[in-house]
Amino acid sequence: MIALDFNLEQGGFKLQLREELVGRVSVLFGPSGSGKTTTLDAVAGLRTPSRGTIALNGRCLFDSRATVDLPPHQRHVGYVPQDVALFPHMNVRRNVLYGRRRGQKLSLDGVASMLEIDALLDRAVTGLSGGEKQRVALARALMSAPDVLLLDEPLAAVDVELRSRILPYLERVRDELGVPIIYVTHDRDEARRFADHVIVLANGAAVRSGPPRDVL
Amino acid sequence: MDLSQITIFTIATALAATALMLPPGLLLAWLLARRRFRGRVLLETLVSMPLVLPPVATGLLLLLLFSPRGPIGGVLTTLGIDVVFTWRAVVLAMTVMGLPLFVRTVRAGFEQVDRRYEAMAATLGAPPLRVFFSITLPLALPALVAGAVLGFARAIGEFGATIMIAGSIPGVTRTLPVAIYSFAETGRDGDALLLVAISAGIAFTALWLSNYLSARAGLRA
Repeated sequence: MIALDFNLEQGGFKLQLREELVGRVSVLFGPSGSGKTTTLDAVAGLRTPSRGTIALNGRCLFDSRATVDLPPHQRHVGYVPQDVALFPHMNVRRNVLYGRRRGQKLSLDGVASMLEIDALLDRAVTGLSGGEKQRVALARALMSAPDVLLLDEPLAAVDVELRSRILPYLERVRDELGVPIIYVTHDRDEARRFADHVIVLANGAAVRSGPPRDVL
Repeated sequence: MDLSQITIFTIATALAATALMLPPGLLLAWLLARRRFRGRVLLETLVSMPLVLPPVATGLLLLLLFSPRGPIGGVLTTLGIDVVFTWRAVVLAMTVMGLPLFVRTVRAGFEQVDRRYEAMAATLGAPPLRVFFSITLPLALPALVAGAVLGFARAIGEFGATIMIAGSIPGVTRTLPVAIYSFAETGRDGDALLLVAISAGIAFTALWLSNYLSARAGLRA
């Protein structure tokens, strides 16, 4: 369970959230500029709220009153940003293995075959297609054995045909690995298909939240 | 005979100076590129001082600091290490004069590294030191090479600070630029010109190597 209760100010933008994410997949839904990516950044420790708390499965990641602010490398989140940000100076294999945690159950072979990137492992990341990059970034995040997976518009940059090909991979991750997912999108169909729980964001605040059929 | 000794001595001390620039230079470049702290502008100004101060003035300051009765030289002397008018003084002068160029170049390189990569590495569990060595440094490698070549070239050409703190002792502290000056002064114009040609050769090779390496790095990225 992910418990968010924080305020975050940055420039003129204010984000205020008080939500408990309990489902396998929680979707943050809203137009651009509503605070979706900022929320992911706050969970990952890349932006610091001005006050409040963030907890992941009972583990406190941030608490302004107790002055707890775990650095990103101690938070155990798997982040796939919108631009995927694969390391350009490493091949696919080194990217995927970069964050591998010792003693974790997932093997490179297992993740690579689940996401069908086995044949790409020795390729340079610069030559990959958009869909391939997404899968490699997903594999890289999974290999760090995260306690939560943060996916920022994973299907926004890919065309419709590719979208229908990546979605099954995401569903596999959800169903086979049991890692809770926070999924950011502005696409209603995607949210409906994928979410257990939807939070609708507008102008930095949650305007509705609940099961997808109730709020969308 | 002494021309080749001068050449080898100059290249060796300049390489040593370039190596000595790396640890403080990388730290300073990273601090200036990635950290916001009080005194940052002051630090930036101090680092660049040798660029604008007359080299002879820098040399005099170094002489005061490192002479056996100076604050740093005094400590080193009790440890049995003499600096002034030895090869160590040559390396010291070269390091201090080359450092600003190295820091400025590498800093610009660090600033060009997209911070998203560093952020992703951190979320994947990499502590800051690993992020630096596995992400920031490799991605800034062309700038690192360019900075090292600039620092090396500056070290090869170092004259003013060297003559103050190391002098011009044949076979002990005499470097290419100092030798060119001495030879020209004493009427050995032929030798002076030969050393000018050697200097040009070293400078050309260093710059060519730097351009070649950054072109290759550019192709790979």
